[in-house]
Amino acid sequence: MAEVVIVGGGPAGIRAASVLVEAGLRPVLVDEGRRAGGQGYRAPARNLDLDMKGLMGTEAAKYARLHGLFASLRERFDYRQGTLVWGIHEKTLHILADGIAGTMPYDALILATGATDRIMPLPGWTLPGVFTLGGAQVILKDQGCLIGNRIAFLGSSPLLLLAAFQYHKSGASIAAVVDTTPFSAKLTALRNLAASPRTLARGILYRAALRRAGIPVIEGATPLAIDGRERVEGVRIRYGRGRERFISCDAVAYGHGLKPETQLAELAGARFWFDPVFRLWLPETDADGRAGPDLYLAGDGMAIGGADAAEASGALAAHALLADRGRPSPGQEPARLRRQVGRLRRFQRGLAQAFAWPVAQAAALPDETIVCRCEAVTAGDIRAAIRAPLGPREVNRVKALTRCGMGRCQGRFCGPALQEIVAAACGEPVADVGRLRVQAPVKPIPLHAASELEQ
Amino acid sequence: MKMAQIVIVGGGLIGTWAAFFLVRRGLRVILIEKGVVGAQSSGVNFGNLRLQGRYPGQYPLSLRSQTIWEEITSLIGDSCEFERTGHLYVATNEAEREKLEQHARVAEGHGLVIERIGRSELRRRWPWLGEGLQAATYSVRDATANPRVVSPAVARAAQRLGAEIVEHACVTRVRRNGGGFAVETDTGLVVSCASVVNAAGAWALSLAEAFGETAPMFAAGPPQFVTEPIPYRVVPSVQAVSGSVIFRQIPRGNVIFAGYPRTAADPVLNRAPVPPQKTLNGMRNLVRIAPFLKSAQVIRVWSGIEGYLPDMLPVIGESATAPGLFHAFGFCGHGFQVGPGVGAVLADLIADGSTDTPIEAFSIGRFRKEVQVSDKLAHEFDAPASSGREE
Repeated sequence: MAEVVIVGGGPAGIRAASVLVEAGLRPVLVDEGRRAGGQGYRAPARNLDLDMKGLMGTEAAKYARLHGLFASLRERFDYRQGTLVWGIHEKTLHILADGIAGTMPYDALILATGATDRIMPLPGWTLPGVFTLGGAQVILKDQGCLIGNRIAFLGSSPLLLLAAFQYHKSGASIAAVVDTTPFSAKLTALRNLAASPRTLARGILYRAALRRAGIPVIEGATPLAIDGRERVEGVRIRYGRGRERFISCDAVAYGHGLKPETQLAELAGARFWFDPVFRLWLPETDADGRAGPDLYLAGDGMAIGGADAAEASGALAAHALLADRGRPSPGQEPARLRRQVGRLRRFQRGLAQAFAWPVAQAAALPDETIVCRCEAVTAGDIRAAIRAPLGPREVNRVKALTRCGMGRCQGRFCGPALQEIVAAACGEPVADVGRLRVQAPVKPIPLHAASELEQ
Repeated sequence: MKMAQIVIVGGGLIGTWAAFFLVRRGLRVILIEKGVVGAQSSGVNFGNLRLQGRYPGQYPLSLRSQTIWEEITSLIGDSCEFERTGHLYVATNEAEREKLEQHARVAEGHGLVIERIGRSELRRRWPWLGEGLQAATYSVRDATANPRVVSPAVARAAQRLGAEIVEHACVTRVRRNGGGFAVETDTGLVVSCASVVNAAGAWALSLAEAFGETAPMFAAGPPQFVTEPIPYRVVPSVQAVSGSVIFRQIPRGNVIFAGYPRTAADPVLNRAPVPPQKTLNGMRNLVRIAPFLKSAQVIRVWSGIEGYLPDMLPVIGESATAPGLFHAFGFCGHGFQVGPGVGAVLADLIADGSTDTPIEAFSIGRFRKEVQVSDKLAHEFDAPASSGREE
């Protein structure tokens, strides 16, 4: 049988592997992480005795089940941990493991590359002590560390309450949880949210637990700036009615939900469409995750759906792959998985409406605010380039002329804000200002990585 | 119908500099660009203003061009990151050293100052260079600039002087109109003019062929790679005379590198992807010549679409079949340095009817007979090079 490669060791990748193993295949599972689990179900570093049951809260059983599934399958597929896929060309993955570049040809590919934080720049957001929400969780789950001694959680995301709750359970001192989403917005979106009442209940549970512990949970506030000289000293916000408040803290966990990591899908040949709800460019797939010949997508890397949807869509992609290759599917019926994934993704669309990406904040961003952290490009630099004669009106051209998105992260973090700032400055719909193109390497690779290879 | 004295087809470095010099002479210029100015070859090249190792017959043009580069800030009000960094040409063996010597004699014959550097002096002055280097030549007048920003800056300068710059309009037809031409675009624009400049780069042939002449041009791209910023140390641009690698560091810290063979490019689909093997190849060659960079991380790669001709020389000059039509295309990856000079030469030809800068070697008429194929063709491309071919 052909070589089947799965990229990503989170719930989607592991479930895809399990279906393929059940069908008698021996896939390769390439994992950039050192330990399976992905981001949400990240396992702590070896010899670190963390109370994962307490940390995972309502999701503890699922966490244990996924890691159990992985352990039971471990010998039945080829697990490549600590392996970065940095390029894809002509059905070959270009990988980096232990500092050495290599190649991995494939006949069929399942990309389960997960998501990363989506962040709207804010004055002071590049100060030491500011972490993304997801980054704050990674530090806690991977290393058992806290990001500061007195922490403010800031932004608009279903992750906000979860991260704050996890930090609270770990003994952190929490200055405040500032949810920029008004409670009324959440109510408006309740019709979609009701598609998965369990997830909704979980959010309410975390909120109540934090309030019970005396932690201020502020809703509908506008973040004005993160203040500090050398590092974070506090957060300035404005309440809905206009009163301003300074919250003293030494670390900030900040974010606006998740965005799919779609770079590899693009290199593998996926096409993209603009999703007006998430306001992101997403890969085109059918309901089962088919994105092109021998190319399948699953999990949050395809469309944000959360861990349960990731598992189900990983299985679904594996079933699709088997069907396309004329192999019988084991056990689970794709129709049920399809319904489950559809329901969970509808819920996430509801969440995306409730926890809105702050478009107005992009347009109102002070000129001196840094947008591109890697290249230190400000909102004012971008607007000045657009205003100039023959100024750019498309994001790749803005990148070429301002360096915004040209650095280490290749626009993975500034990209969503860049497109909003360009759209606002040009007075165009955000879908009309283009999408940052991807080239390999999708993440930095050291020069010596090539030297070990035969010419 | 709009009226102009000159329509320039193509808003790359050649077209924008031509517009600038023509409008400075008081002529009415309309520049028409199918996309945005400076987006193709002009914007994606290495940024080298190299004088060493050029085609012998191109030195008068190159030196005229360098003088313009050296005055760029006063000319257009923008430095475009022009820096006189010098250029170090390095050899790893005796045959390559001999090649350097040949290049040096030609350059010196045109008045360029070339310093010959032996192995021990090479190690003393540039201690970060690899052990394997035997000799080098250094030219202090060679320079670098930022290609991404040059063409837009020149276009804006031309615009301020009165040139009309039309972006997102593709010339679909050029026809005779009385003693001059009528130029039509896909946006409905029709311009009547006395002269047309064909500076359409890899897309230039259709305009030449409309008037019964052609050139064996094919498209390819220059793969370029860049590292994250590291402390500034490498001042000159450094080039292996073998062509395996060229690199430079910009003061903000990034190291830009490139090398042969070039990549395939598709001017129809407008794509020039960089296959990962090219990146690995470039990384390996760079570490060999500059081992101190081995831990630097490559963060980005790019390529673009350039027009190449089999003798690796451009087409510059008046059409042999349509007087009033002036060609300047097919710069074979060496157009960045000569771009301003070519713009000035085109202005001479159109405004004065002649130029003092010798350009006969670049006439399109040379393709009527058998053209000698450059030996560069063998090692600068993946064989066989052809237009739009996938690797």
